[in-house]
Amino acid sequence: MLALLTRDLRLAVRAGGGFGLGLGFFLILCVLVPLGVGPEGGRLASIAPGILWVGAMLACLLSLDRIFALDWEDGSLDLLATAPLPLEGAVAMKALAHWIVTGLPLVIAAPVLGVLLHLPVAAQPWLVVSLLLGTPALSVIGAFGAALTVGLRRGGLLLSLLVLPLYVPTLIFGAEIVRRGAEGMALATPLLLLTGVSLGSVALLPLAAAAALRINLR
Amino acid sequence: MPELGKYAVAVLSSYGVTLALLAGLVGLTFWRAGRVKAALREIEARQGKGSDG
Amino acid sequence: MSLWEYANPRKFMETSALVLPWLWALALVCLLGGLAWGFFFTPDDYKQGSTVKIIYIHVPAAMMAINAWVMMLIASLIWLVRRHHVSALAARAAAPVGMTFTLIALATGAFWGQPMWGTWWEWDPRLTSFLILFLFYLGYVALWEAIDNPDTAADLTGVLCLVGSVFAVLSRYAVNFWNQGLHQGASLSLDKRENVSDVYWFPLLICIAGFVLLFVALVLQRTRTEIRLRRIKALEARERLA
Repeated sequence: MLALLTRDLRLAVRAGGGFGLGLGFFLILCVLVPLGVGPEGGRLASIAPGILWVGAMLACLLSLDRIFALDWEDGSLDLLATAPLPLEGAVAMKALAHWIVTGLPLVIAAPVLGVLLHLPVAAQPWLVVSLLLGTPALSVIGAFGAALTVGLRRGGLLLSLLVLPLYVPTLIFGAEIVRRGAEGMALATPLLLLTGVSLGSVALLPLAAAAALRINLR
Repeated sequence: MPELGKYAVAVLSSYGVTLALLAGLVGLTFWRAGRVKAALREIEARQGKGSDG
Repeated sequence: MSLWEYANPRKFMETSALVLPWLWALALVCLLGGLAWGFFFTPDDYKQGSTVKIIYIHVPAAMMAINAWVMMLIASLIWLVRRHHVSALAARAAAPVGMTFTLIALATGAFWGQPMWGTWWEWDPRLTSFLILFLFYLGYVALWEAIDNPDTAADLTGVLCLVGSVFAVLSRYAVNFWNQGLHQGASLSLDKRENVSDVYWFPLLICIAGFVLLFVALVLQRTRTEIRLRRIKALEARERLA
């Protein structure tokens, strides 16, 4: 499993753009929103939690179709499916690699972009915590979507149509944590709920994704 | 025609939209059913087999 | 005699051909009768005026929008577990119907909300979760359309339906948590005191029956079309071989 993880990470780095693209997209989004909404600090501060979370979601979405597409094309997915390693494990590792390549950089970069959007200082730690808890769910749900659409020639658009509705609970709880953090309210409930969504997705969705892959490989 | 008062537009457009959507759905269903049925009959006739439903 | 006999396409075609005309007639009678009763012969509400007449569409459409998804979930489960093709095709046939009902519920809700709440749209939990339900239908239908191999399509949409159901329920609770709403609670419940009053209740029941019958009739009709399409495909394949 570790070998698979390091292979995927190495591929992402060598192919170029793995680390950078999602992050660059996130940065551009956070620059474009103030340009569109206007520069007043108060207004930006009030929408910052939502913008940051939606931005993280879209940045995640960008690289989803790459999770399985390359391996599908060159046939290594067939090898993975027949390997002694259970396909569920392979899916989990691929989702983890996707998270390390896109989710983790977002978590690290988010506070800087939060400053750009006038996010209150009190909310900064909660932004990092919520993204840290929530982005794994985004990667795993995305891996499920990618597994469903892997055999399709023009799967990219369909993938976003399938995956974005599934992101709703994660987005709501994640943004709620940051909003409550900004206003200094109690945030144990959304924190627990987000953790629940994340853990549940990480535990169960690899099974569904592996099932979808097996169907596609049949 | 019942007296609908000042809300006539809201009520009538609700009924209108609903009936239009339902009629569209039913119409589409039957149109497609008819076409598919005809196509099936044609291909079955070509293959020299009796229709079975 | 078991329910599973109807999983045989031939048996299904025979029985549905017998039942369908009656179903259509009954659906038409209930729907037109209930709507006419509601539209022409019920009094205006003292608070809501004539807009209360929208209830005869809004409530049944919303109920069936959710029930259609539940039916798709059950049909998908049967397909995934027992591999009955009719079941998968029924799920496929139901999706556009459920989608239309969702659209009707949203549209009538907007027409109702405009005079009552002063806004076409409000990010209220019920409204929002219906919009999200619509997105789920959209994704499901799009996935069916995108895949060529029928069995692969049935399997993948089945898996999507299962996962989607879990997330749809999750979203419902998440949305509840996110915003307290304007929308009133359930219009129908077993507790009589919470119900709408009798004058509105009976025509509403008939309308609900009408929508249920319409849904069943539409799904049966569309499933028949899907079965015929499968048969055409099979015959065409045989032609190519010969």
